[in-house]
Amino acid sequence: MPVPPTTSSDPPAVRLVDVARRRGERMVLRDLTLELPAGGTLALLGSNGAGKSTLLRVLAGLMRPSAGTCEVLGCSLPKQRAALRGRVGYLAHEPMLYRDLTVRENLVHRARLLRVPEARVDALLVATGLEKRAAFPVHALSRGLTQRTSAAIALLGDPELLLLDEPLANLDPTASERLDALLAARPEPIADGAPAVAGRASRSRVIAGHDPDAALAAADLVLGLQAGRPVLLATPDRIGDAEIGALYR
Amino acid sequence: MSAWLHDVRTLLALEWRRERRTPQVLPAMTLFSIGVFVAFRFGLQDGSVAGPLAAGILLVTTLLAALLGIGRLWAAEEDEGGLDGFRLTPVPASALVAAKALALWTFLVALHLIAVPAFAFLLLSDGLAAGSILPLIGAVLLCDLGIAFAGTLVGAVAAAARSRELLVPLMAVPLLIPLVAIASEVLAPLLTGSGSGASPVTEGRWWLALALYDGVFLLVCWSVSDGIVED
Repeated sequence: MPVPPTTSSDPPAVRLVDVARRRGERMVLRDLTLELPAGGTLALLGSNGAGKSTLLRVLAGLMRPSAGTCEVLGCSLPKQRAALRGRVGYLAHEPMLYRDLTVRENLVHRARLLRVPEARVDALLVATGLEKRAAFPVHALSRGLTQRTSAAIALLGDPELLLLDEPLANLDPTASERLDALLAARPEPIADGAPAVAGRASRSRVIAGHDPDAALAAADLVLGLQAGRPVLLATPDRIGDAEIGALYR
Repeated sequence: MSAWLHDVRTLLALEWRRERRTPQVLPAMTLFSIGVFVAFRFGLQDGSVAGPLAAGILLVTTLLAALLGIGRLWAAEEDEGGLDGFRLTPVPASALVAAKALALWTFLVALHLIAVPAFAFLLLSDGLAAGSILPLIGAVLLCDLGIAFAGTLVGAVAAAARSRELLVPLMAVPLLIPLVAIASEVLAPLLTGSGSGASPVTEGRWWLALALYDGVFLLVCWSVSDGIVED
């Protein structure tokens, strides 16, 4: 898959130079250097504890890099993280939802903070197939429905960059197909009539997961992590079974 | 500024919606306060207090009840990922801190709507002088404001720690002792009872000190709000 064309005025979606993150005495990320062009998709692969979720949190501006240069959508982190806010959609491993509130209340609350019209909430409820569960409290939802709610929230602000941590985990095949289409780099417009990626050819994505085939099919660039270190950084056409096998050995 | 106020209102509404949906803080604080007043009613045998002793009982009970609210104030932000969700929005950190402080303040005011009449009924056998009621309301509101600002800070710091339940009282009580001391000076003359004949007067400097305490913690809350919300 070719990397989407970018104009010279577009800053890279992600630019990392020697980025490291320390947790206590342990380095959970180190020596990360890469550039993801605007509109591109980066797939993160690696076994459990390799540092994928930590890297997503750093890119979301939720965690400071301990060293190196980290730029997301042209914002240098952590210094300019205020400028990044509202431009990134993050579907985390743990849902960022208030358990006592209903699905709709969670979406409406976040929409108000993102200055997004409530019509988009209704459109996303339909698009994610949650319209019949909108009045359910989050604590009463299954893992799959919670995941769909989190995805709807990640898409609320029509983000320029989507950070997705195992986005299709816990989903049944129908929901998986539906969410996959919504989270695509060039999604179809949802029911509110607004284009899904307003004013842009496509949105940038960083996707962490454990399905190498899906990652290679969706990505423009693949980063393989082992114990926080990059051991693989290449375009999908240069990655074979041997490289994938070595990553999980 | 209007966007900031809109954000504060949205975040404050969330606090009250969650409290209405799953009542936790208000029932706990109210039951605790009334339980303490009943305990004093029987523990003091004649069950009647006035002046500094009355002020002390009311304030210490308020302080201890507030610890319950402070402990829960930031719990959902840490336990349910609410803080991470907030940090992905363009809303300034000061709006969240302001909303948390306002939420705690309004919880305390709601508590006192029930607890102060219960206190008067159970422990003030002489009742309240008519001239004391408005100053008493003002003093309680100012006292609650101080607890809300200091409590918001303490709650935020404690929420990030594993031993949140231990940290809240250990940090909050020392911070709130000056407030209890000042508020006691304000309240004691107001709680002398209607039978004393004297017109209740609190020295102006204690009102000033109470307002100053609130002002200092308001400024501290404002200035450290980014640090509270960021990692």
